[in-house]
Amino acid sequence: MKALLIAEYRQGKLLETTYELQAFAGLLGAESAMVLVGSPADLPKFAGKLYLADVAKYGEYNPDLHKKLVLEAVAKENPDYIVFVHSSYGWDLAPRVAAALRIGQVSEVVGLPDGKFEVTCCNAKLRRTVAPKSARTVVTIQAGAFSPQGEPQGAPQVEGIDVADPAGKTEFVGYEAAEQKDVDLTRAEVIVSAGRGVGKKENVQVIAQLAKALGGELGASRPVVDAGWAPHSHQVGTTGQTVSPKLYVACGISGAIQHLAGMKMADFIVAINKDKDAPIGEIADVLIVADVLQFVPAMTARCAR
Amino acid sequence: MKILVCIKQVPDMESRFKLNSEGTWYDEADLAFRMNEYDEYAVEQAVQLKEQLGGEPEITVLSMGPDRVVEALKKALAMGADRAVHVKDDKYYQKDPWQVASVIAGHAAGQGYDVVFTGMQSQDRGSAQVGVTVAELLGFGCATTLVGFAFDAGVITAKRELEGGSKGVVKLKLPAVVTCQLGLNTPRYPTLPNIMKAKKKEILVQAVSELLKEAEVTGTGGMYPPAKRGGGIVIEGEVNDQLDKLMGILKEKTTVLRAA
Ligand SMILES: Cc1cc2nc3c(=O)[nH]c(=O)nc-3n(C[C@H](O)[C@H](O)[C@H](O)COP(=O)(O)OP(=O)(O)OC[C@H]3O[C@@H](n4cnc5c(N)ncnc54)[C@H](O)[C@@H]3O)c2cc1C
Repeated sequence: MKALLIAEYRQGKLLETTYELQAFAGLLGAESAMVLVGSPADLPKFAGKLYLADVAKYGEYNPDLHKKLVLEAVAKENPDYIVFVHSSYGWDLAPRVAAALRIGQVSEVVGLPDGKFEVTCCNAKLRRTVAPKSARTVVTIQAGAFSPQGEPQGAPQVEGIDVADPAGKTEFVGYEAAEQKDVDLTRAEVIVSAGRGVGKKENVQVIAQLAKALGGELGASRPVVDAGWAPHSHQVGTTGQTVSPKLYVACGISGAIQHLAGMKMADFIVAINKDKDAPIGEIADVLIVADVLQFVPAMTARCAR
Repeated sequence: MKILVCIKQVPDMESRFKLNSEGTWYDEADLAFRMNEYDEYAVEQAVQLKEQLGGEPEITVLSMGPDRVVEALKKALAMGADRAVHVKDDKYYQKDPWQVASVIAGHAAGQGYDVVFTGMQSQDRGSAQVGVTVAELLGFGCATTLVGFAFDAGVITAKRELEGGSKGVVKLKLPAVVTCQLGLNTPRYPTLPNIMKAKKKEILVQAVSELLKEAEVTGTGGMYPPAKRGGGIVIEGEVNDQLDKLMGILKEKTTVLRAA
């Protein structure tokens, strides 16, 4: 079995998630080769063949062009699986490669129970196994689901890839940096986070008061930030911050995979949710089944005593 | 200009899910359905583009599924779409993303759409494949995960959300497909007069069999609830009792509570 791993390079740097692809290929028991549109000066540690297109020539992300480069490597390598990280790069590029080859794709794989591709659905309330039906399959893996074991090692055998026509339908203009941070959640020992379940902007204060009583910081899930109830610097998750406090209290947060990605490393997790089946219960050390607006003020009063 | 918006109707994610008898999908009985959250941003962005262009573009909204999806279509019409296409398919959940995309592309081919808006993924299946695949099948340019959209002189400037809060800015010529992410805009609530007006708008029904030309390339093995992580404690009951228990646990297991 052969896997072609699509490594990722952004803003002048090879991304660490590349090593998760290797970990996944290891679990699959696949022999692997890699593709990178990146720099010869920053290659992954990898004992295998690496198809390299120089970022200096091809630029960082042009989907049509990167698709052609990946297809070049597919033609040379003839893999059974073409594997991406389910990232802003992977979810954008993977379906283009699958469509060009008219093959199936399994998105955001979180596990391989009995060798089956396991994915989540319904906001992580259910899991599903997906069975490829094409001879070759594109797979994207959930970032963080397959951790590398040990230090990656080896130097790749590099082979260049080129495409004749570098034009694409999308023109990359540039990056916009994340907003300035007014709080550093990565250093907080206690984080109390507000989710959509708090109901309205004024109620975020109730959560902030508990954070204060516990000597911690206010965190938030994405809908709270999107609605303008809290600044983006407080967002925890894939597109927010990754935190590892001693205590994380999730208030009215369902436990979607993109939120968990940012906080599951916390030492101790308490979730307050009126829904006993909320998927946050899967990773919480304690799930309090309650209305946040009744429970949180009572807890603040106890902690302030 | 002709605009297509693809929407899906999904269950309220706060529902209790049970499995169907084959164990391959959720049982729809007792579930409340609504428009996929990501698609609400797609509808809103299409309507905003129409408004920007002085009401000239015609917006078609398409949904594939059983009869209930007409409710989602009506909501999109009340938000400002002009006409709707219901691709009727009671077994929609057995189609894989490749088939769904080819059905949509089958409808779109030859219709002369300039812009196609979709959500970046559905809340139930979450494959994030359909929009991009539609673009590939139609030969359109495509940008995913939009948190910013601007249109000027035939060119879309899209802000794509990347990890960690940074963004990638791309430009796309028409025809194009864009997939919409949370936070792109604030979807409007349909007003009563618009709900009344929407009742007169056309909903064309097409059988999925007329549009489906592709076999599936992935299938569902099984579906099941996640295994609970061992050791997690669930505390129900009255708030003060819950608090007594929680404070005891926090004192025992963590160092964050000041010794009281
Ligand atoms: C590419 C991508 C990136 C993303 N990045 C992030 C990210 O960085 N961070 C992030 O958080 N999300 C992110 N998301 C969004 C994520 O998928 C979820 O939509 C989001 O995390 C849900 O937030 P929530 O749990 O607050 O809201 P919901 O999922 O709506 O959950 C609300 C919860 O509150 C409970 N509740 C309601 N009322 C009460 C009450 N009165 N008392 C107690 N409980 C109550 C409900 O039972 C429910 O469980 C991303 C999504 C995508 C596609």
